[in-house]
Amino acid sequence: MVLLTRKIEFAASHLYHNPDFSPEENRRIFGKCNNPHGHGHNYVLEVTVAGEPDPVTGMVLDLKDLKEILEREVMKRMDHRFLNYEVPELAGQIPTCENIARVIWQLLDPQIKQGRLHRVRLYETPDLFADCYRNGAEGGRPQ
Amino acid sequence: MNSGAQNGAVKIALGRRYHFAASHRLNNPDLSEEENNRLYGKCNNPYGHGHNYVVEVLVSGSVDSATGMIANLADLDAFVEREVLEPFDRRSLNEDVAAFRAIVPTTENLCMEIFRRLAAFPKAKLERVRIQETSNNSFEYAGDNPEGFER
Repeated sequence: MVLLTRKIEFAASHLYHNPDFSPEENRRIFGKCNNPHGHGHNYVLEVTVAGEPDPVTGMVLDLKDLKEILEREVMKRMDHRFLNYEVPELAGQIPTCENIARVIWQLLDPQIKQGRLHRVRLYETPDLFADCYRNGAEGGRPQ
Repeated sequence: MNSGAQNGAVKIALGRRYHFAASHRLNNPDLSEEENNRLYGKCNNPYGHGHNYVVEVLVSGSVDSATGMIANLADLDAFVEREVLEPFDRRSLNEDVAAFRAIVPTTENLCMEIFRRLAAFPKAKLERVRIQETSNNSFEYAGDNPEGFER
Protein backbone atom coordinates (compact mmCIF):
# COMPACT_ATOMS: atom_id res chain seq x y z
CA MET A 1 0.00 0.00 0.00
CA VAL A 2 1.25 3.45 -0.92
CA LEU A 3 0.09 6.80 0.42
CA LEU A 4 -0.05 9.76 -1.90
CA THR A 5 -0.59 13.30 -0.63
CA ARG A 6 -1.48 16.46 -2.47
CA LYS A 7 -1.50 19.89 -0.86
CA ILE A 8 -3.59 22.91 -1.80
CA GLU A 9 -4.11 26.28 -0.17
CA PHE A 10 -7.18 28.44 0.03
CA ALA A 11 -8.04 31.68 1.79
CA ALA A 12 -11.39 32.07 3.52
CA SER A 13 -13.10 33.94 6.31
CA HIS A 14 -15.28 32.66 9.12
CA LEU A 15 -16.63 33.42 12.56
CA TYR A 16 -17.75 31.28 15.47
CA HIS A 17 -21.20 32.00 16.81
CA ASN A 18 -23.91 29.73 18.16
CA PRO A 19 -27.34 31.42 18.17
CA ASP A 20 -28.42 29.10 21.01
CA PHE A 21 -25.84 30.74 23.31
CA SER A 22 -26.13 34.16 24.94
CA PRO A 23 -23.75 36.89 23.70
CA GLU A 24 -21.72 36.42 26.89
CA GLU A 25 -21.48 32.64 26.36
CA ASN A 26 -20.45 33.11 22.74
CA ARG A 27 -17.76 35.53 23.83
CA ARG A 28 -16.52 33.25 26.62
CA ILE A 29 -16.47 30.04 24.58
CA PHE A 30 -15.28 31.38 21.23
CA GLY A 31 -13.19 34.37 22.35
CA LYS A 32 -11.80 36.49 19.52
CA CYS A 33 -13.28 34.09 16.96
CA ASN A 34 -16.72 35.44 17.91
CA ASN A 35 -16.03 38.83 16.28
CA PRO A 36 -19.27 39.40 14.31
CA HIS A 37 -17.43 40.71 11.26
CA GLY A 38 -15.39 37.52 10.97
CA HIS A 39 -11.71 37.02 10.25
CA GLY A 40 -9.74 34.90 7.80
CA HIS A 41 -7.03 32.30 7.38
CA ASN A 42 -4.80 30.85 4.72
CA TYR A 43 -5.93 27.27 5.01
CA VAL A 44 -3.58 24.52 3.90
CA LEU A 45 -5.23 21.24 2.96
CA GLU A 46 -3.34 17.95 2.65
CA VAL A 47 -5.30 15.13 1.06
CA THR A 48 -3.87 11.62 1.35
CA VAL A 49 -5.05 8.74 -0.83
CA ALA A 50 -4.04 5.14 -0.19
CA GLY A 51 -3.79 2.35 -2.70
CA GLU A 52 -1.63 0.04 -4.78
CA PRO A 53 0.12 1.55 -7.80
CA ASP A 54 -1.48 0.46 -11.06
CA PRO A 55 0.91 -2.01 -12.76
CA VAL A 56 0.61 -0.21 -16.10
CA THR A 57 0.74 3.46 -15.08
CA GLY A 58 2.64 3.12 -11.81
CA MET A 59 0.11 5.45 -10.22
CA VAL A 60 -2.24 5.05 -7.25
CA LEU A 61 -4.36 7.62 -9.01
CA ASP A 62 -3.52 10.25 -11.60
CA LEU A 63 -2.49 13.43 -9.77
CA LYS A 64 -4.20 15.43 -12.52
CA ASP A 65 -7.49 13.81 -11.61
CA LEU A 66 -6.95 14.53 -7.91
CA LYS A 67 -6.05 18.13 -8.74
CA GLU A 68 -9.31 18.51 -10.70
CA ILE A 69 -11.35 16.99 -7.88
CA LEU A 70 -9.76 19.36 -5.34
CA GLU A 71 -10.31 22.33 -7.63
CA ARG A 72 -13.98 21.47 -8.17
CA GLU A 73 -14.95 20.29 -4.69
CA VAL A 74 -12.81 22.52 -2.46
CA MET A 75 -11.31 25.53 -4.27
CA LYS A 76 -14.51 26.53 -6.11
CA ARG A 77 -16.57 26.15 -2.94
CA MET A 78 -14.27 27.64 -0.31
CA ASP A 79 -11.49 29.77 -1.79
CA HIS A 80 -12.04 33.47 -1.08
CA ARG A 81 -15.41 32.73 0.51
CA PHE A 82 -17.02 33.49 3.85
CA LEU A 83 -17.46 29.94 5.11
CA ASN A 84 -20.47 30.66 7.36
CA TYR A 85 -22.55 32.24 4.60
CA GLU A 86 -21.32 30.87 1.30
CA VAL A 87 -20.73 27.16 1.86
CA PRO A 88 -24.09 25.38 2.17
CA GLU A 89 -22.44 22.19 3.47
CA LEU A 90 -21.37 24.15 6.57
CA ALA A 91 -24.77 25.74 7.17
CA GLY A 92 -25.87 25.32 10.78
CA GLN A 93 -22.40 24.22 11.88
CA ILE A 94 -19.64 26.21 13.56
CA PRO A 95 -16.92 26.35 10.87
CA THR A 96 -14.13 25.08 13.11
CA CYS A 97 -11.16 23.28 11.67
CA GLU A 98 -12.75 19.99 12.82
CA ASN A 99 -16.04 20.64 11.01
CA ILE A 100 -14.43 21.99 7.82
CA ALA A 101 -12.13 18.94 7.67
CA ARG A 102 -15.17 16.66 8.01
CA VAL A 103 -17.09 18.49 5.29
CA ILE A 104 -14.08 18.27 2.98
CA TRP A 105 -13.84 14.54 3.71
CA GLN A 106 -17.54 14.10 2.87
CA LEU A 107 -17.09 16.02 -0.38
CA LEU A 108 -13.97 14.15 -1.50
CA ASP A 109 -14.66 10.58 -0.38
CA PRO A 110 -17.28 9.76 -3.06
CA GLN A 111 -15.19 11.44 -5.77
CA ILE A 112 -12.04 9.38 -5.31
CA LYS A 113 -12.58 6.25 -7.38
CA GLN A 114 -8.97 5.05 -7.72
CA GLY A 115 -7.35 4.29 -4.39
CA ARG A 116 -9.20 5.26 -1.25
CA LEU A 117 -9.30 8.48 0.69
CA HIS A 118 -7.05 7.91 3.71
CA ARG A 119 -6.67 11.22 5.49
CA VAL A 120 -7.75 14.83 5.22
CA ARG A 121 -5.53 17.22 7.17
CA LEU A 122 -6.58 20.85 7.29
CA TYR A 123 -4.24 23.48 8.71
CA GLU A 124 -5.93 26.67 9.88
CA THR A 125 -2.56 28.09 10.93
CA PRO A 126 0.87 26.40 10.94
CA ASP A 127 0.23 25.53 14.61
CA LEU A 128 -3.34 24.27 14.38
CA PHE A 129 -4.81 21.48 12.29
CA ALA A 130 -7.56 18.87 12.22
CA ASP A 131 -7.22 15.34 10.85
CA CYS A 132 -10.13 13.36 9.47
CA TYR A 133 -10.04 9.57 9.02
CA ARG A 134 -12.48 6.87 8.05
CA ASN A 135 -14.16 5.33 11.06
CA GLY A 136 -14.78 1.62 11.20
CA ALA A 137 -13.36 -1.75 12.05
CA GLU A 138 -10.43 -1.30 9.71
CA GLY A 139 -9.31 1.67 11.80
CA GLY A 140 -8.86 3.95 8.82
CA ARG A 141 -6.72 1.46 6.91
CA PRO A 142 -7.61 1.07 3.27
CA GLN A 143 -9.00 -2.28 2.22
CA MET B 1 -26.68 23.52 15.67
CA ASN B 2 -26.64 20.51 13.42
CA SER B 3 -23.90 18.02 13.99
CA GLY B 4 -23.11 17.32 10.36
CA ALA B 5 -24.22 14.34 8.33
CA GLN B 6 -22.61 10.95 8.97
CA ASN B 7 -21.09 12.08 12.22
CA GLY B 8 -19.96 8.54 13.04
CA ALA B 9 -18.49 7.75 9.62
CA VAL B 10 -15.24 9.55 10.31
CA LYS B 11 -12.79 10.01 13.15
CA ILE B 12 -11.49 13.47 13.81
CA ALA B 13 -8.37 14.55 15.63
CA LEU B 14 -7.10 17.99 16.52
CA GLY B 15 -3.42 18.86 16.22
CA ARG B 16 -1.76 21.79 17.93
CA ARG B 17 1.87 22.85 17.89
CA TYR B 18 3.66 24.50 20.78
CA HIS B 19 7.14 25.95 20.98
CA PHE B 20 9.68 26.10 23.77
CA ALA B 21 13.40 26.70 24.06
CA ALA B 22 15.51 24.67 26.47
CA SER B 23 19.01 23.36 26.97
CA HIS B 24 20.16 19.85 27.64
CA ARG B 25 23.27 17.74 27.91
CA LEU B 26 23.39 14.07 26.98
CA ASN B 27 25.47 12.29 29.59
CA ASN B 28 25.01 9.00 31.36
CA PRO B 29 26.78 9.02 34.74
CA ASP B 30 27.06 5.21 34.65
CA LEU B 31 29.40 5.45 31.66
CA SER B 32 33.00 6.64 31.59
CA GLU B 33 33.89 10.08 30.24
CA GLU B 34 35.33 8.45 27.09
CA GLU B 35 32.23 6.33 26.54
CA ASN B 36 29.94 9.36 26.98
CA ASN B 37 32.08 11.30 24.56
CA ARG B 38 32.06 8.55 21.98
CA LEU B 39 28.33 7.89 22.36
CA TYR B 40 26.94 11.43 22.51
CA GLY B 41 29.64 13.41 20.68
CA LYS B 42 28.96 17.16 20.68
CA CYS B 43 25.82 16.63 22.76
CA ASN B 44 28.07 15.60 25.65
CA ASN B 45 29.57 19.11 25.99
CA PRO B 46 29.60 19.65 29.78
CA TYR B 47 28.03 23.09 29.47
CA GLY B 48 25.08 21.77 27.46
CA HIS B 49 23.45 23.33 24.42
CA GLY B 50 19.93 24.32 23.42
CA HIS B 51 17.15 23.77 20.92
CA ASN B 52 13.93 25.41 19.84
CA TYR B 53 11.65 22.46 20.44
CA VAL B 54 8.34 22.13 18.62
CA VAL B 55 5.78 19.92 20.34
CA GLU B 56 2.88 18.67 18.21
CA VAL B 57 0.00 17.36 20.31
CA LEU B 58 -2.73 15.26 18.68
CA VAL B 59 -6.02 14.71 20.54
CA SER B 60 -9.20 12.99 19.40
CA GLY B 61 -12.80 12.82 20.50
CA SER B 62 -16.30 13.55 19.36
CA VAL B 63 -17.00 17.00 17.96
CA ASP B 64 -19.44 18.86 20.20
CA SER B 65 -22.26 20.01 17.92
CA ALA B 66 -22.83 23.19 19.94
CA THR B 67 -19.22 24.39 19.66
CA GLY B 68 -17.90 22.51 16.64
CA MET B 69 -14.93 21.50 18.74
CA ILE B 70 -13.28 18.31 20.03
CA ALA B 71 -11.86 20.41 22.86
CA ASN B 72 -11.76 24.12 23.43
CA LEU B 73 -8.32 25.32 22.36
CA ALA B 74 -8.18 27.64 25.34
CA ASP B 75 -8.46 24.59 27.64
CA LEU B 76 -5.82 22.62 25.71
CA ASP B 77 -3.48 25.63 25.57
CA ALA B 78 -3.84 26.27 29.31
CA PHE B 79 -3.18 22.59 30.11
CA VAL B 80 -0.07 22.42 27.91
CA GLU B 81 1.12 25.75 29.29
CA ARG B 82 0.89 24.44 32.83
CA GLU B 83 2.22 20.92 32.25
CA VAL B 84 4.91 21.55 29.65
CA LEU B 85 5.68 25.13 28.65
CA GLU B 86 5.92 26.67 32.09
CA PRO B 87 8.20 23.93 33.49
CA PHE B 88 10.30 23.48 30.29
CA ASP B 89 10.58 26.81 28.47
CA ARG B 90 13.89 28.63 29.04
CA ARG B 91 15.05 25.86 31.35
CA SER B 92 17.83 23.36 31.52
CA LEU B 93 16.11 20.00 31.09
CA ASN B 94 18.87 18.29 33.09
CA GLU B 95 18.81 20.69 36.01
CA ASP B 96 15.25 21.97 36.13
CA VAL B 97 13.09 18.92 35.30
CA ALA B 98 13.07 16.25 38.00
CA ALA B 99 12.45 13.40 35.53
CA PHE B 100 15.79 14.06 33.84
CA ARG B 101 17.83 13.71 37.00
CA ALA B 102 17.50 9.96 36.53
CA ILE B 103 17.33 9.58 32.74
CA VAL B 104 19.17 11.17 29.84
CA PRO B 105 17.14 14.02 28.25
CA THR B 106 17.25 12.70 24.70
CA THR B 107 14.28 13.80 22.64
CA GLU B 108 12.98 10.21 22.76
CA ASN B 109 12.80 10.47 26.56
CA LEU B 110 11.45 14.03 26.35
CA CYS B 111 8.68 12.83 24.04
CA MET B 112 7.66 10.09 26.48
CA GLU B 113 7.80 12.49 29.46
CA ILE B 114 5.59 15.03 27.69
CA PHE B 115 3.16 12.28 26.62
CA ARG B 116 2.87 11.14 30.26
CA ARG B 117 2.18 14.71 31.38
CA LEU B 118 -0.43 15.40 28.70
CA ALA B 119 -2.21 12.04 28.90
CA ALA B 120 -4.11 13.46 31.89
CA PHE B 121 -5.85 16.12 29.71
CA PRO B 122 -9.47 15.67 30.78
CA LYS B 123 -11.32 17.03 27.72
CA ALA B 124 -10.07 14.75 24.91
CA LYS B 125 -8.03 11.62 24.30
CA LEU B 126 -4.31 12.14 23.76
CA GLU B 127 -3.33 10.22 20.62
CA ARG B 128 0.27 11.16 20.01
CA VAL B 129 3.07 13.57 20.84
CA ARG B 130 5.58 14.50 18.13
CA ILE B 131 8.62 16.61 18.93
CA GLN B 132 10.86 18.35 16.47
CA GLU B 133 14.24 18.87 18.09
CA THR B 134 15.49 20.63 14.96
CA SER B 135 13.91 20.97 11.54
CA ASN B 136 15.74 17.75 10.59
CA ASN B 137 14.99 15.54 13.63
CA SER B 138 11.62 14.54 14.95
CA PHE B 139 10.36 11.92 17.39
CA GLU B 140 6.89 10.52 18.03
CA TYR B 141 5.33 8.67 20.93
CA ALA B 142 1.80 7.32 21.18
CA GLY B 143 1.99 5.47 24.50
CA ASP B 144 0.36 2.08 24.25
CA ASN B 145 -2.06 3.42 21.67
CA PRO B 146 -1.22 1.76 18.35
CA GLU B 147 -3.72 3.94 16.49
CA GLY B 148 -1.64 6.97 17.34
CA PHE B 149 0.94 5.84 14.81
CA GLU B 150 -1.51 4.83 12.10
CA ARG B 151 -2.53 8.40 11.83
